[in-house]
Amino acid sequence: MDTKEKIKEVLGKKIIAWHEHSPRRIYFSIDPKDIVEATTLLFKDLKMRFSIASGTDTPEGMEILYHFSLDQTGEFYSVRVMLEDKKNPRIDSITPLFEGAEWIEREMWELLGIDFVGHPNLKRLLLADEWPEGEYPLRRK
Amino acid sequence: MSHKVIVPIGPYHPLQEEPEFFQLYVEGEKVVDIDIIIGYNHRGIEKLAEAKHYDQVAFLVERICGICSSSHPNAYVLAVEDILGGEFNMVPERALFIRTIIDELQRIHSHLLWLGLAGHFIGYNTVWMWAWKYREPVLDMFEMITGNRNNYAMFKVGGVRRDIKAEDIPIVKKALDELMPALDLFRGAVMDDPVIQARLKGIGILTKQQAIDWCVVGPTARASGLSMDVRRDEPYGAIDRVDWNVIVEQEGDVFAKTVVRILEMYESVRIIRQCLDKIPSGQIDADVKEIPPGEGIGRVEAPRGECFHYIKSDGTNRPVRHKIRAPSFMNVASNKVAAVGGTISDATITLAAVDPCYCCTERVAVINKSDNAKVMNGWDLIKLSQEKTKQLKDEIARKGI
Repeated sequence: MDTKEKIKEVLGKKIIAWHEHSPRRIYFSIDPKDIVEATTLLFKDLKMRFSIASGTDTPEGMEILYHFSLDQTGEFYSVRVMLEDKKNPRIDSITPLFEGAEWIEREMWELLGIDFVGHPNLKRLLLADEWPEGEYPLRRK
Repeated sequence: MSHKVIVPIGPYHPLQEEPEFFQLYVEGEKVVDIDIIIGYNHRGIEKLAEAKHYDQVAFLVERICGICSSSHPNAYVLAVEDILGGEFNMVPERALFIRTIIDELQRIHSHLLWLGLAGHFIGYNTVWMWAWKYREPVLDMFEMITGNRNNYAMFKVGGVRRDIKAEDIPIVKKALDELMPALDLFRGAVMDDPVIQARLKGIGILTKQQAIDWCVVGPTARASGLSMDVRRDEPYGAIDRVDWNVIVEQEGDVFAKTVVRILEMYESVRIIRQCLDKIPSGQIDADVKEIPPGEGIGRVEAPRGECFHYIKSDGTNRPVRHKIRAPSFMNVASNKVAAVGGTISDATITLAAVDPCYCCTERVAVINKSDNAKVMNGWDLIKLSQEKTKQLKDEIARKGI
């Protein structure tokens, strides 16, 4: 069974939207509460490589895309979640699953103010120590 | 009249590239923990890109890194071309070949730069001088083709900005021919030298499982047995028109990382030679006018690994979001496992083995765990590393190997 079918089968109704921009660019949306389950499937079971995550402040909420690369086929899967509470965006951390996510979650925490619940080491990565608390440079005013 | 001036070059010196600060905790000789502190040179380029139009962003991202300065614009234009259509194939064939030639020339100069520094760190200053000497002709090629040794301004959405002139092609070929004996020399000097083998084998090991868990990329991953290379996995430019191999080693130690980089330079020469032979004539720019709303991802294999760019467009002439992830972002973090457990005399070369940059190891502080006193700085560590090589050399000479 190919990887796309496998993801659709395992996650089933948890996939809110599925979009194939091209054969190598697959985007799908899930509810934020399912992120650990989806990451476990892609990273642990399907042996994908976590490339990076990207957070964006959108009018609808804080959007995070988790990008996974299936290096054997060149397919690139981006898992989309929308955190609707823009004042207090929160999502479960995926760092307990593997260390490679630690830095990017710290980065999104300090630049966008997204709280990663269960992150073992949530402290500043890029911003200076003097940077004021509660100011998030990538949030839109 | 004498007046002593001390110029401190701290971790926040903004002129040097990739300033990182490694704080090593040691017990006796052994490294027991490491703090990696980055962000000294955070310039807010992602935010800045939102205020530039699509043509300007290519120049902006070129300035992220002075060593792999074509990788970022390359990944950026691929991301924008991804928005234009998943099957966007308007980029003229000739432009694709020029992109790959620039990409591979850059890999050679970057790997030679690293090789020189690695040589210096272990006390092989001849390797340092020679590697940088043979890097110069590569930079001369860049100057001839692009007008600049670094920051080439070659990439634009839909093509490249300038052509490679027909009369330049034999000059590039000749420079590559002259580079081959130098590469043979380095391969021999590193791979057949018992001292270098004794010095670099078995230190700074990143196991395959650690490489997976820390999501490392590029030569750091390939030296740990992970067969991944964006050029093969998702070909871009003209890379799929030529024959070449992905270099993979299994050991994960500093020696394996060195071997991967040396052998990759041979592959780059192969790729450039074939590109120069096969380059078709024609246009070099598709003249893209408008970027539609949407999102795109571009990734290229920079000398240090996968370089990732994500662009979100709302149909205006500026990106609404531009996420950039350089390969070192993933690789540097893995020092947490590669350096811990080793000795401090191996720390410099281990930290340098992921190929961050010059300044990185200069910002090392060693702290004695028992009383938290600072005991060494970066230069002391390099000296220590060089002394260990010297001891090994003497030992091997005594045994008469």
